[in-house]
Amino acid sequence: MPAKNYASTRYSELAEINEGNVKNLQVAFTFSTGVNKGQEAAPLVVGNTMYIVTPFPNIVYALDLSKPGAPMKWKYEPNPEPAAQGVACCDVVNRGAAFADGRIFFNTLDGHTIALDATSGQPIWNAHIGNINIGETITMAPLVVKGNVLVGNSGGEMGVRGWVKALDAGDGHVVWTAYNTGPDKEVLIGPDFKPHYDMDKGKDLGVTTWPPEAWKIGGGNMWGWISYDPDLNLIFHGTGNPGPWNPDLRPGDNKWTSGIFAREPDTGAAKWFYQWSPHDLHDYDGINEQVLLDMNWQGKPRKVLVRPERNGYLYVLDRATGEVLSAKPYGPVNSSKGVDLKTGRLMENPDKLTGTGKVVRDICPTASGLKDWQPSAFSPKTGLLYIPHNNLCMDEEGVEVNYTAGTPYVGMNVRMIPGPGGNRGAFTAWDIAAEKPAWSLKENFPVWSGAVVTAGDVVFYGTMEGWFKAVSAKTGDLLWQFKTSSGIIGQPITYRGPDGHQYVAILSGVGGWAGAIVSGDLDPRDATAALGFVNAMKDLKNATTAGGTLYVFRLP
Amino acid sequence: MRPVVALLLFASMALAACQREERDTRPQSALGSGEQPTPVTTLEPGGQRPSPTDNKAASFEANAFHLSEGKRLFGWFNCSGCHANGGGGMGPALMDEKWIYGSSMESIHATIRDGRPNGMPSFRDKIPDDQIWELAAFVRSLSGNAPSSAAPSRNDDMMVHPSENRMPDAATLGKSP
Repeated sequence: MPAKNYASTRYSELAEINEGNVKNLQVAFTFSTGVNKGQEAAPLVVGNTMYIVTPFPNIVYALDLSKPGAPMKWKYEPNPEPAAQGVACCDVVNRGAAFADGRIFFNTLDGHTIALDATSGQPIWNAHIGNINIGETITMAPLVVKGNVLVGNSGGEMGVRGWVKALDAGDGHVVWTAYNTGPDKEVLIGPDFKPHYDMDKGKDLGVTTWPPEAWKIGGGNMWGWISYDPDLNLIFHGTGNPGPWNPDLRPGDNKWTSGIFAREPDTGAAKWFYQWSPHDLHDYDGINEQVLLDMNWQGKPRKVLVRPERNGYLYVLDRATGEVLSAKPYGPVNSSKGVDLKTGRLMENPDKLTGTGKVVRDICPTASGLKDWQPSAFSPKTGLLYIPHNNLCMDEEGVEVNYTAGTPYVGMNVRMIPGPGGNRGAFTAWDIAAEKPAWSLKENFPVWSGAVVTAGDVVFYGTMEGWFKAVSAKTGDLLWQFKTSSGIIGQPITYRGPDGHQYVAILSGVGGWAGAIVSGDLDPRDATAALGFVNAMKDLKNATTAGGTLYVFRLP
Repeated sequence: MRPVVALLLFASMALAACQREERDTRPQSALGSGEQPTPVTTLEPGGQRPSPTDNKAASFEANAFHLSEGKRLFGWFNCSGCHANGGGGMGPALMDEKWIYGSSMESIHATIRDGRPNGMPSFRDKIPDDQIWELAAFVRSLSGNAPSSAAPSRNDDMMVHPSENRMPDAATLGKSP
């Protein structure tokens, strides 16, 4: 799985590459994906084979690591419908594949989940679960838990009702579907549902916290990460922003959007829920990664869930109950004034309330969040969480919008600007126990790549200029960097090759929401292009070009 | 009598000078006109043949009323959801000099009506034909392809780019004459 383990730590025990020798890293081999769109996927290494999923058209490659140059073993082309590109909100990305029981599972942009034989590349089953004509796409990496392939849909900018489905890994039939808006029985809320806070208690809140019928087109999609705790037998997944962005059109708390569910993996039954951003005002999707740790929290051992959230807070939750133990901003935040730990409620800043016909300036963080989908990594050696993130602010103006199925449903003019200090990105090491940063590195562009940390005390991440960097896990000192062919927005991994040596791999190829100006050739003269992101990325076209290349490094 | 004649003469001259733009406020609502074939390429074996033109193209193209209606509809039909205010997003930019499927009124009309294979939806039977022509005229104005006397002026909304009547012709932008 892309996140290394069910706890999503992205920590590798490999230590051959360490702080002392990482400066000697050199290219072992490269491979062109043949697709010049945003490469957000993590390569997957199982045994002697590396598997890669490309952005649309979602080609899967298997590379043989046991031979020099890692030649292709097979490739599989699912040929998704080209029209799907027109309903994918923010570039046509794919975040990777999952492996279980000799099979590769992955999603296509046009709404299919496909199982391949990992040895031969032959398709075993193909489940069509998303409908592009209502704006549904799938970009997330699936997760396989107890024989179920967990998949969620994208489309929060198209008025798509969010869901998570469990498909049987054997034949692909739908075992359960949990919607993230609507009546309790469709959200799979039953007698076992015990949310910690009063604001999440009540009958059919997924209906009553919306204007009539609005929950049917209310978003709450699930296109990010899922973690799994085998001991508690719970999966954890976030829910995306409510639709449309213009909050005047959906008075109420808009359950169960911009929050997090704990569910029982066999049936999907909800155990608890917590809402990061009730009645979200700023497109703060709640779908980021959840890092599951067993740690001493203020003197007591606790099972916690750590979430660097889009609204700017680093949450530490008790993952058995959903209680918020800590919520501290890990960067500049003025859209809210903190989290009330008694009620669990985000305290919105009244000066930054958005609405129809009103321009509100300098809202931090932006719609893309202090951190978007780009996953962080946790090292048990240092106790630090390594967070790749953004430093951006924005102006917003709510506008009228009509719902037409299969077209955008946003209703907000947005233009983004660099955040305080002018650096648009940062890479922050957060001391979870101390609730404060240990160190933070400034980057010119948003850090839209994931991170990986190793027992050799080295952290890897990439920049949108194309630098692939290794920094010290303890101090953040830059130890090594390599300029790849295009901007990096992918997920670095490290693995032990068939020769017993440690390798580091990353896909280079700019795109995603932040890089859409390059991968989609957008015009920077329009401040609202790419939902306002282009305004903050005007110079990216001068810094990099589109690409799609795998880089693999090793020591000489 | 002379002053009266002079006054009449003046009045008739003034009236003649004031050529009021025709404002067709009750556009044809019928669906699906403009069925002429519109090639999306200039590569035509045996030599280029004249493309069929639609007489609606000229009547909508330089008309201030239709352009402003096109601007309003651009938001109402969520064109702006994908193409932003011309800079693009899910869909390509419309204010630059690049035209994937042709820059003529007829081509843009056909693109909106029939869709295109890489993501542009077909709005056939969803948008009345005359409104598609209004949208096509507005789309051309985003790249400076409309007379500045007719193109929409500045927005009431957040200023996100120069108004359409101040848009430079994208085809010559940044190139020496």
